[in-house]
Amino acid sequence: MRRLLMLFAALALVATACGDSGSTTTQASGGTTGGTEAPATEPPATGIQASADACTLGETDGNLNLYNWPEYIPHGSLAEEAEVTDLLAAFEDQFEVSVVLTEFDSNETMLAQIDAGVGYDVVVPSDYMVSIMRSADLLVKLNPDAVPNLSNIAAEFTDLPYDPGNQYSAPYQWGTTGIGYAYGTIDDEAGVSWGVIFDPAMSAGNAGFISLLDDERETMGAALIYLGYSINSTDPAEVDAAAALIKETKDRLAAFTSVGYYDLLVSGEFVVSQGWNGDFLAAYDEASTDDYDAYEDFGYAIPTEGAAAWVDTIAVPSTVEHPCSAQTFINFILDGFNGGELTNYNYYASPNAAAEEFIYEEILEDPSIYPLPEVLERLEFFEDLGDFGTYYADAYSAAKS
Amino acid sequence: MTVQQAGGRRSRMDRWLSLNGWFVFAFLYLPILVVIVFSFSGASNVGIWGGFSLRWYRRMAGNEQLLATLENTLWVALWSTIVATVFGTAAALALDRYRKWVSRGTFDAILYMPVIIPDVTMAVMLLLWFTQIGLPLGRLSIVLAHIAFNISFVAIVVRARLAHMDSSMEEAAADLYASRWQTFRRVTLPLIMPGVLGGGLLALTLSLDDVVITSFVQGPGSTTLPVHVFGLIRRSVTPEINAVSTLMVTASMILVFASLAIQRRGQN
Repeated sequence: MRRLLMLFAALALVATACGDSGSTTTQASGGTTGGTEAPATEPPATGIQASADACTLGETDGNLNLYNWPEYIPHGSLAEEAEVTDLLAAFEDQFEVSVVLTEFDSNETMLAQIDAGVGYDVVVPSDYMVSIMRSADLLVKLNPDAVPNLSNIAAEFTDLPYDPGNQYSAPYQWGTTGIGYAYGTIDDEAGVSWGVIFDPAMSAGNAGFISLLDDERETMGAALIYLGYSINSTDPAEVDAAAALIKETKDRLAAFTSVGYYDLLVSGEFVVSQGWNGDFLAAYDEASTDDYDAYEDFGYAIPTEGAAAWVDTIAVPSTVEHPCSAQTFINFILDGFNGGELTNYNYYASPNAAAEEFIYEEILEDPSIYPLPEVLERLEFFEDLGDFGTYYADAYSAAKS
Repeated sequence: MTVQQAGGRRSRMDRWLSLNGWFVFAFLYLPILVVIVFSFSGASNVGIWGGFSLRWYRRMAGNEQLLATLENTLWVALWSTIVATVFGTAAALALDRYRKWVSRGTFDAILYMPVIIPDVTMAVMLLLWFTQIGLPLGRLSIVLAHIAFNISFVAIVVRARLAHMDSSMEEAAADLYASRWQTFRRVTLPLIMPGVLGGGLLALTLSLDDVVITSFVQGPGSTTLPVHVFGLIRRSVTPEINAVSTLMVTASMILVFASLAIQRRGQN
């Protein structure tokens, strides 16, 4: 009994601490929204924002603390092996500062660290995390004078809902969530429909060999698209319909999984899988040998009904200690050649228009990485749904169980 | 005849028990064996056999980022284990000796808390605490966090050992005019040594494994191997991970056998 009491005491402590940061969040979000809507009336920047605004092009103010996903930027022996430029070494040589790379394993741990005030200069949050960090006032506005390469960004990526006008973040890489499949197991002559997963008749032949991602937004998103709704729907009836569809589909699924599905597809455990394009292509690439081409057996399609797209971005957190080095680094990454090397390294599409001439032909011509213009129009980005997000989480977990 | 029958039944029972023993071993070690076997596969996908090859070991040996995270992991594991073992043992002795403490129950509860509370809760608490007191995050903060949860585990293991210790041994030492330190050094410590080593090994394993707490309290440049691997899963896992795991399993095995050897020599 006494142990339980201790436990409650500790939990109460945590709750208070979280509550505190929550209240700052609300206050801050008011300020941020005001600033975005009417830049003219914005109060003069103070503190770290002011020092960031004072940075000039190419200025450095100390070593750079980069907080990125593992193996998401070419450097060291992996860059050498992939025969692309070691971007960290190139930055160090050019600007004579050193780069300390720290890796995070999820957007959420990164958020927790920034929220707690840990000092990093550059972070790589995904799109929805940019909305969350912006509304919590955890990102520093980029100074266009210090980051002129922001103009390299392709027009489609300059006004996305998570950060209109790219004021706080620059897109780093982007991709789609679609269907990876073994050729011959589905009818793909007129494009692939989400029906190969959700339609009972179309998917009957592959029952037991289908996988869906295990993610309340992605998995529900696919069902919403199939039903003709938006992936950002806030209509409870539509979300309920999507959950009901997932519940019906469950019997034909081999698994809900966001990890390793690409390997299981290549090894034949699955024949149709919902997943991220980069994962499938990396798996096909790795399964290919000198005498076997996995691309002859496996494909990736953005379904005809549409699909979710995602963007990872590069941004300066409010805990930045070297705002000028940080912006110089972002400008360096947005350079055409460097952006191209990023894509040549990890096979995700580049939102950088100037990078195109440096990207390998085979990547540019691959419609699963660079969708055709008419496909582009059917892509939709996830938006932060605020409190309605829990409705998705509840509906999804009810559908799954 | 009856004796034989009873014997027969017992041997059937024995057979079931030994079968169960093998089953438990298989359950524990087959997955590890799979990892070891596949670490020598030449194929690029985890779980596909592509002929014997040392390709992934070569790649691992050349991957400085991975080796840097490995170095961080080992550094953290070593220091947190040493400190947690010393403090955990001391805490166990204190709780065992001073039985009349009014607040002993409370103390017990506090000590066992890190075992009961979820990792994420502990991770958030530690992160907030470190940033409140202004401790720069990095290897040191990870070591402190690991010590914080490891002390409890060491204390629990050592207390289990103490509970079965015959106090007459210490009384005999005292009767023979041994000082308290001599008693501890020559009598108590050797008796509880298996518990201390066991607790220390448990602490080492937990520290080598930890993802959640470490990812919250890490600082610039101090990423550990488990955090690196967990983050990689978002993109794709290469068999390089199998090679790393194999080396880590081998290292743990060596540690376990070493500690067994030390204990055996102590008994002789």
